[in-house]
Amino acid sequence: MTAATATPATLPAPARRLGVVAGLRHTATLSWRSLVQIKHNPMELLDLSIQPVMFVLLFTYVFGTAIAGSSGDYLRFMLPGIMVQNALFATMTTGFGLNQDLTRGVFDRLRALPIARWAPLAGRILADTVKQAWSIALLLAVGMILGFRVGNGLLGVLAAFALLLAFTLAASWISVLVGVLVNEPEKVQIFGFMVIFPLTFTSNIFVPTERMPGWLQHWVEINPVTIVADALRGLLVTGPVAGPVAQTLLWAVGLAAVFAPLAVRALRRRV
Amino acid sequence: MTYAIRAEGLVRRFGETTALAGVDLAVPTGTVFGLLGPNGAGKTTTVRVLATLLAADEGHATVGGYDVRRDPHRVRQLIGLTGQYASVDEALTGTENLLLIGRLLGLSRAQARARAAELLADFQLTDAAGRAAKTFSGGMRRRLDLAASLVGRPQVLFLDEPTTGLDPRSRNELWDIVRTLVADGVTVLLTTQYLEEADQLASEIAVVDHGRVIAQGTPEELKAKTGGQVLTVRPTDPADLPTVLAVAGEVARATPEVVQTTVTVPVNDPDVLPTVVRRLDAAGVPVAELALRGASLDEVFLSLTGHRAEQDADTDAMEESLA
Ligand SMILES: Nc1ncnc2c1ncn2[C@@H]1O[C@H](COP(=O)(O)OP(=O)(O)OP(=O)(O)O)[C@@H](O)[C@H]1O
Ligand SMILES: [Mg+2]
Repeated sequence: MTAATATPATLPAPARRLGVVAGLRHTATLSWRSLVQIKHNPMELLDLSIQPVMFVLLFTYVFGTAIAGSSGDYLRFMLPGIMVQNALFATMTTGFGLNQDLTRGVFDRLRALPIARWAPLAGRILADTVKQAWSIALLLAVGMILGFRVGNGLLGVLAAFALLLAFTLAASWISVLVGVLVNEPEKVQIFGFMVIFPLTFTSNIFVPTERMPGWLQHWVEINPVTIVADALRGLLVTGPVAGPVAQTLLWAVGLAAVFAPLAVRALRRRV
Repeated sequence: MTYAIRAEGLVRRFGETTALAGVDLAVPTGTVFGLLGPNGAGKTTTVRVLATLLAADEGHATVGGYDVRRDPHRVRQLIGLTGQYASVDEALTGTENLLLIGRLLGLSRAQARARAAELLADFQLTDAAGRAAKTFSGGMRRRLDLAASLVGRPQVLFLDEPTTGLDPRSRNELWDIVRTLVADGVTVLLTTQYLEEADQLASEIAVVDHGRVIAQGTPEELKAKTGGQVLTVRPTDPADLPTVLAVAGEVARATPEVVQTTVTVPVNDPDVLPTVVRRLDAAGVPVAELALRGASLDEVFLSLTGHRAEQDADTDAMEESLA
């Protein structure tokens, strides 16, 4: 038992505050914690990968010809949109994991450590952004195997990645808020299902706006999912870029400005 | 005497509920202090305030000389916390759980690995070190949880009901660990619902009920304070029980209780012992057991709160669910 105990004879006086660099180090360690789990539970990675791949395959071959005339044309239209949908679903991971930490006491354990107050949340968000990047890349790779060709070279691809990651980063504050408010992790997923499904299907990611009923078209046009999908189409395939990209960034700023403070306040209140 | 933990007048409300109604504590450095109380007494709330997880509405507290409110970061560098429910990351292995804490505490990769291996060995978890914590038994999880709170070699350790749900063997092992820690100079604040546990480990006990410390002292002091001692008599022949009851009741001037063939009666004056011996001898009753012992903490709790601890826990839980 000597190892468990042996307290050093003289202890330096503990520091009063923590530097930002230390906080970043804690963040990195905590995101390692979220990512290393994949090693033991490869299912999580499959989870992250199978649904999007299946969606791409099903939509391309089942609906492609019906909607766009050919599966190749449809893939070009739909792949950027499915990336948005998939990314939105993936933001739920953040709230799910946070809620698990809260309900299982892990969050308390972390808060009792001399680490930066913001590190547990930041570490989780960082890890989830890495996972996001993985599934975006995977979707693009599968798309390219099926015949998707990028229109604006590597720069367009990188810009599309950055834009989508920025948008999901902002949208994940909604997930954080839900994760703090509900009392069990599964409810985060239920929320995701109930909101993200209708939201993404009433956008232009699967069906062009003009093919929808007139009353729906107004909503489809202002639906942020449509805007982000259009921006990605512009960057990855062809079409207007500046307008949709600017609007996407505005949406990202707006979502973060509204939901980040709400989420942080709810978290402070809960713990 | 220096105090590792001091609390004065801690009050904490949750809406209508007053979880803490003015808790005062003084825990001498290098001792085990037991916080004993039924469900809902305010044990966890006290620990959370002292461990900087929760702000008190009133009162103040210091840990290791630092104010938990004004200097939380310093306090966190001194403490280890094992919460009421094992809070390990289920998806990580035993080793990784400890590595995570070590790295967060600023150990290098190699140091964190060495520390994790040491602790896993100390807690007999080496064989399971590479397995995800979700495959651990309740007792293993508890041990890993405790190991995690020791990674930083804390000076002050908070253990919130550390043995709840453990089998007797694991419980005894945990008690030994606590004793070793204290021998090495660590201060331990331990909450428990088990009177025996506080009696076994703590050099000082505070009994809490409804957010207040209703009694405090060494286990002996507490026993002496309330009801003094208990006389136990077991006649060799159960047929003699009525005689024993009559004698015990008369001498102690109280109503004796019978459990199986043993008669117990509280006494305030130790001089009754020779009297009882003489009277039983005169009545020709042979006894298998005759003793005068200090009241158990269970009896202490009963006389302090007017109800037994375990029963009280149930009614409290009921009151809560009805409220
Ligand atoms: N976050 C909270 N919100 C609302 N009420 C709370 C909260 N935490 C504690 N309470 C209430 O405060 C009181 C004291 O609770 P506490 O958890 O400190 O008791 P305890 O002594 O640890 O009980 P137990 O033995 O059941 O763990 C209880 O009535 C409880 O319902
Ligand atoms: Mg408790």
